[in-house]
Amino acid sequence: MDNLLSLVTFMPLVAALILALFLRGDDAAAQKNAKIFALVTTSATFIVSLGILTQFDPSDTGFQFVESSDWLLGMQYKMGVDGISVLFVMLTTFLMPLTILACWGVENRVKEYMIAFLLLETLMLGVFMALDLVLFYLFFEAGLIPMFLIIGIWGGKERVYAAFKFFLYTFLGSVLMLVAMVSMFVDAGTTDIVTLLSHEFSAGGMTVLGVHIAGGLQTLLFLAFFASFAVKMPMWPVHTWLPDAHVQAPTAGSVILAAILLKMGGYGFLRFSLPMFPVASDIWAPVVLWLSAIAIVYTSLVALAQHDMKKLIAYSSVAHMGYVTAGIFSANQQGLDGAIFQMISHGFISGALFLCVGVIYDRMHTREIDAYGGLVNRMPAYALIFMFFTMANVGLPGTSGFVGEFLTLVGIFQANTWVAAFATTGVILSAAYALWLYRRVVMGELIKESLKSIADMTTRERVIFAPLVVMTLLLGVYPALVLDIIGPSVSALVTDYHAALPDMGTQIASH
Amino acid sequence: MISADFSIVLPEIILAIYAMGALLFAVYTGKDKTASTLIWATAIVMAGLGAWIGLADVGEHIAFGGMFIDDAFSRFAKVTILLSAAAVLLMGEGYMTKRGMLRFEYPLLVALSAVGMMVMVSAGDLMSLYMGLELQSLALYVVASLRRDSVKSTEAGLKYFVLGALSSGLLLYGASLTYGFSGTTQFSGIIQTATDGHVSLGLLFGLVFLITGMAFKVSAVPFHMWTPDVYEGSPTPVTAFFATAPKVAAMGMFARLMFDAFGGVTGDWTQVVALLSVASMFLGAIAAIGQRNIKRLMAYSSISHMGFALMGLAAGTAGGVQAMLIYMAIYVTMNIGTFAFIISMERDGRPITDIDVLNQYSRVQPLKALAMLVLLFSLAGVPPLVGFFGKFYVLKAAVDANMAWLAVAGVVASVIGAFYYLRLVFYMYFGDEGDTIDSAMSPVAWVFLMASATIMVVGVMNLFGIEGLAATAADALVN
Repeated sequence: MDNLLSLVTFMPLVAALILALFLRGDDAAAQKNAKIFALVTTSATFIVSLGILTQFDPSDTGFQFVESSDWLLGMQYKMGVDGISVLFVMLTTFLMPLTILACWGVENRVKEYMIAFLLLETLMLGVFMALDLVLFYLFFEAGLIPMFLIIGIWGGKERVYAAFKFFLYTFLGSVLMLVAMVSMFVDAGTTDIVTLLSHEFSAGGMTVLGVHIAGGLQTLLFLAFFASFAVKMPMWPVHTWLPDAHVQAPTAGSVILAAILLKMGGYGFLRFSLPMFPVASDIWAPVVLWLSAIAIVYTSLVALAQHDMKKLIAYSSVAHMGYVTAGIFSANQQGLDGAIFQMISHGFISGALFLCVGVIYDRMHTREIDAYGGLVNRMPAYALIFMFFTMANVGLPGTSGFVGEFLTLVGIFQANTWVAAFATTGVILSAAYALWLYRRVVMGELIKESLKSIADMTTRERVIFAPLVVMTLLLGVYPALVLDIIGPSVSALVTDYHAALPDMGTQIASH
Repeated sequence: MISADFSIVLPEIILAIYAMGALLFAVYTGKDKTASTLIWATAIVMAGLGAWIGLADVGEHIAFGGMFIDDAFSRFAKVTILLSAAAVLLMGEGYMTKRGMLRFEYPLLVALSAVGMMVMVSAGDLMSLYMGLELQSLALYVVASLRRDSVKSTEAGLKYFVLGALSSGLLLYGASLTYGFSGTTQFSGIIQTATDGHVSLGLLFGLVFLITGMAFKVSAVPFHMWTPDVYEGSPTPVTAFFATAPKVAAMGMFARLMFDAFGGVTGDWTQVVALLSVASMFLGAIAAIGQRNIKRLMAYSSISHMGFALMGLAAGTAGGVQAMLIYMAIYVTMNIGTFAFIISMERDGRPITDIDVLNQYSRVQPLKALAMLVLLFSLAGVPPLVGFFGKFYVLKAAVDANMAWLAVAGVVASVIGAFYYLRLVFYMYFGDEGDTIDSAMSPVAWVFLMASATIMVVGVMNLFGIEGLAATAADALVN
């Protein structure tokens, strides 16, 4: 099919329109219909998107399934996937039905909730497929609107603060990227990402307001993109919106936020920063590596001090994203492979951890760690699932978490031994906070009166976790599933990146 | 020869004669009882003229020895002016009738000011420019104080009149200096005395005073003080009118004067305009945060939007003018929809403008709340809504003209500005329980609200082709 990508992208949007226009009423039956319709659509989207994966040719490092048509101002509506993006597309379509299942218990404005998620799916898929700068920006930014509403309408007590912080923080980051995109448009005369990937942006030093800037235009563009993606990742020290957003977002919102929205930042680094501004990336790589190391150690320590489960997992996400940024900017095959692998695996694991919190939150309506304890006595199945994902989060060999962390650390080690040494302590720290969380919530005697009647997971909840468990294990024992697909594209990216750098002898990284 | 001239200004003449004729008709028949008919008639005449101007003419025609220029640029502006004025007239009818202030003068004054605006954007001479400007302004002063028994409304009218007169004075002073140092009032003559970046000091002073006068009319900072008070005091349909057509006319006149008369010395005025642009964007964005009255809020919002439109002008290129025109067209469309909503904000039949009455509006009226959500995000410039493209075009123009700093300032201001649009969304969607507003809405206003919101979403496909029209218009102005 010629326009498979558009089909996959816009199926949820069409479904959202149908829901908006044709579903009347707000009684229980209508709510159920909305949920079922959303579930069917997202599942169908996943099934159709399998077509992308099966027809995808990993040995081809270029873009596949490309479709394009003219748009405004010489821009194009252009979509395509390569080895780097295709798995993010699959991750999105895979997780959406599970997310919809996870909000089965919602009763407040169900129709709108489903519409927001369907809309969000279209926009997220668009981000990973867009091959035009402005089209990318369109999808990237538009995702803020449904997420703002999801946090603001269906969130917790402090939802308004969290929603505003989320929106304005990310908006500020991305408008700078917009200016950079406009400059790239002016400089290269096109917004076509494929052309831009082979366009050389000037890297000659320049002086702005009396400050000499090594790497010139590339550095400026790099920093503008960095502002956007670093906030989105999020990297230390611009991560502070994430814990707020996570804590206040409803469970399904947290899952999407952690599992997919954060990956847009990493994807952006891979798609734009590294290949388009190699010289600037090289100049700034040490800074990014150290910021990542700080993120890993610092946020792990912060996670240790949390009383709120969601906040703890949110900080753990920031730490894990630290591996991703460090891996990306180590700019070698293992580092990049590891970073992408880590993002995919984190998509399953962090999504599952937020779902785990959601399971007991639905029952007790609190996320305070102290409110729990001894759950294993009443919820053995839950204890098992939670244990599994805690271990995966820690990076136990045999789970996908291990592969991601190991590969990125190998990559980082080659780029900067000290950063690798610091980052590795994060593995220990993550074991500390994750296991301590597990001990406090699940283990011990069940002494709290309120927990005496808590019920174990329902069938629906088990169904949600099953695919996540399978994927985490599968990728843990057979990582080639992912690495075979991303390998050739990553290797081409690394080769081009190093070819674009000036010779090591003449290059002085001054900044 | 003279008949050829008259055929060029035929649309203006038709509208002026219509206004006079309708005035006589109303005076000698039912007076205010005819007002409703006159509103529809005026709107139809204006929309018809807009369609005629938009579809019929091509090329450039000059009338009265260069006093009046009819080109693609003026036609783009005129179509925007006429259509938006017609829309605003129609959607305000219900409000006016309910409050008993539907006087027959209202549509006719709007028609007369539209004539003024058409002359403004077509002016090829400082004299005709001033004539158009005054015709427009005088009509606007009167409609601002249409509610004679209201202190606020009369205050708005008076304030607008005094400050408008001051700005006209500054403009005239600039015009006289320009005349003195260039020896002509005609743009085509002025441009010959100010070419190749060389301009005499006196002419420079004239230029600055002219810009000041223009800045008053587009309500750019630091000449914006009248805007919030006038917006707040005027009856809401009149505010809607102020926010749309006159802004287009003033921006059109601004661009026309700058490029036709001072196009040879762009370096001398782009810096000034850039400064106006930055100041407007920031002040509009920051000052609106403290506003609790939605009309004052929209006033600051329009100041901020004018800053963005000026960014296109500050680029000093054809691309910049194109961006400015696209921006204005989008801005007007958004504002018509937003004001269609504001006009129908009332509780127990009384108009109400506090923003916290929107509490939980989305529960009562999900569809209208959704339309407003779209419009507000579009005003904030969040993609994929059309408001984003307006910003995108001006940013591109600014970067193209080596003014990346202006673009950076603009996007930062737009983030600050996003806050207050989000707060309106917050009230409608996340607000606490409380009294919300009446759900009734006149069908005409409803249609405009929905149409405007739909355009903001569907326009992402191709902006309904205004990109090409604006490009032709810009090329006609910037040679």
